[in-house]
Amino acid sequence: MTNDNFFSIHNLSISFGGLMAVDNVSFDVLPGSIFSIIGPNGAGKTTIFNCINGLYSPDSGKIIFQGKNIIGLKPHKIAQKGIARTFQNIELFSRMTTMENLMLGRHIHMKTGIWTGSTFYRRGSRAAQEEIKHRERVEEIIDLLDLQVARNQFVGGLPYGTQKLIELGRALALEPQLLLLDEPSAGMNSEEKQDLIFWIKDIQDELGVTILLIEHDMKLIMDISDRILAINFGKPITEGTPAEIQKHPEVLKAYLGEDEVIGHAA
Amino acid sequence: MDMKRDYYEDIQLLDSKVLWFWFLMLIASLIVFPFLAPNYYIYMANYMAIHVIVTVGLNILVGYTGQISLGHAGFFAIGAYGTVLLMTVLHLPFLLAILLAGFIAAFFGFILGLPALRLEGPYLAIATLGFGMAITQVIGRWQVFGGRMGMEAPSPSFGAYVLESDRQLYFLIVTIAFLLVLAARNLMKTRVGRAFIAIRDSDIAAETMGVNLTFYKTLAFAVSAFYAGIAGGLMAFLLGFINPSTFNFILSIYFLAFVIVGGLGSIFGSITGITVPWEHIDNVFREVDEYYRTSQYRKHNIRPDCYSARCV
Repeated sequence: MTNDNFFSIHNLSISFGGLMAVDNVSFDVLPGSIFSIIGPNGAGKTTIFNCINGLYSPDSGKIIFQGKNIIGLKPHKIAQKGIARTFQNIELFSRMTTMENLMLGRHIHMKTGIWTGSTFYRRGSRAAQEEIKHRERVEEIIDLLDLQVARNQFVGGLPYGTQKLIELGRALALEPQLLLLDEPSAGMNSEEKQDLIFWIKDIQDELGVTILLIEHDMKLIMDISDRILAINFGKPITEGTPAEIQKHPEVLKAYLGEDEVIGHAA
Repeated sequence: MDMKRDYYEDIQLLDSKVLWFWFLMLIASLIVFPFLAPNYYIYMANYMAIHVIVTVGLNILVGYTGQISLGHAGFFAIGAYGTVLLMTVLHLPFLLAILLAGFIAAFFGFILGLPALRLEGPYLAIATLGFGMAITQVIGRWQVFGGRMGMEAPSPSFGAYVLESDRQLYFLIVTIAFLLVLAARNLMKTRVGRAFIAIRDSDIAAETMGVNLTFYKTLAFAVSAFYAGIAGGLMAFLLGFINPSTFNFILSIYFLAFVIVGGLGSIFGSITGITVPWEHIDNVFREVDEYYRTSQYRKHNIRPDCYSARCV
């Protein structure tokens, strides 16, 4: 069962000037599980994601994905290995339609180049065939996330919650093995959050995607996580199951703060 | 029709009979035009078609990929001089020469695309501006290129059949422009074009979705320069004579103005955008205006459009 080679981080550290944003963080993610990272604002959660994506290059440490260290690879290479993510502040292609956004998620699975792309002229042309094939895959994701209404609309004008979902859909279109979700429920109302919990569970169960999650909504975190890592000021506080995390005195002090929040979450 | 029944309709050029009809009408009118219009208009049509090519190419770079270039007159010059030299020195047939010149321009575009990886906005504008001006300086001082005196362009020919008149050139230029516009439109509907647009809207997201930024940013420059290069070669044929001052800095500004007036990120806009008035186009408007006043074709609503365009 245990497979430490799937995804693990060893002694990851990165500093910006004198600030240690991430300080000696290590953890293991089991394939097919949901692993959450919690911590107060500025704790370094998103920085860890940016390191995994290759957007930042860490000062020291290793990030192992499927047995290989991925530090130093360019972001698009890391995407090709099967790591997709969503962003805390929406990073959609705002002047593209939902369909086109999701199609961009298929980028690494498509081959059309400049010549075949610019010279297709009929349904049977190679570029057109490929477009059609991948649109069918995208349609499945649109169905899964109930995005039919937004399908041919420009995403810039859609509601915030919908945009968040489209980001999730775009990440899914890449068919990732590891999905990084950076505060997927931010800005959603409680109804949308409920749906989101189902979808994340679906993604885990049906698609078999391993999920790395950053969230502030404790109810959501405690509901779906298999394991949780709590960090503060870049330093890991503790790691454990949701039940353990809820009782850990350091976590209470650093992050959850009040008993009421815990009572509510449990 | 809003209802789509299959995925091909998403990328199809003409998805209804009505559109097919107008598309064929467009082709028919493009074919008939040179037999009806006086010579000066044919010349103007050639002139405009060449600018359509550059503008569409530049729109791929500026409008779709979100990178600015103030140096497109440089690529235009490379295309023109490249075509002429390949024909006079190496005696290549003109179609091959113009294609090769396009690729030479694309190569320079790729080179210029490299600094563009690290520059954005006004800084990129200045870098490309420098490139455009450097090209004309180099050409102007180098005797191979005829120096400031410029050089004469040979007429294109298929074997013994020489394309000399504006009408003959019209069919060459408009055909090439037509094909290049269609190619650009197709490109933007498929994978490469989507990657370009993604880079414009959010380069970070594009990167993390597997788009190779280095590759696609330089590719956008290369494609754009290719269009400008082809257009430059055609311009050499149209003018019959080229010199460095033809490809001055103001021309780059015009190109950018066409793109912006036509609409960033719009192929159709690039075609309409070239009606930005500059000295020649302005003359056309004046004559159309005149024609309107003296003719009975008042039902054609030409005048208000032209008038407003002239006022811009």
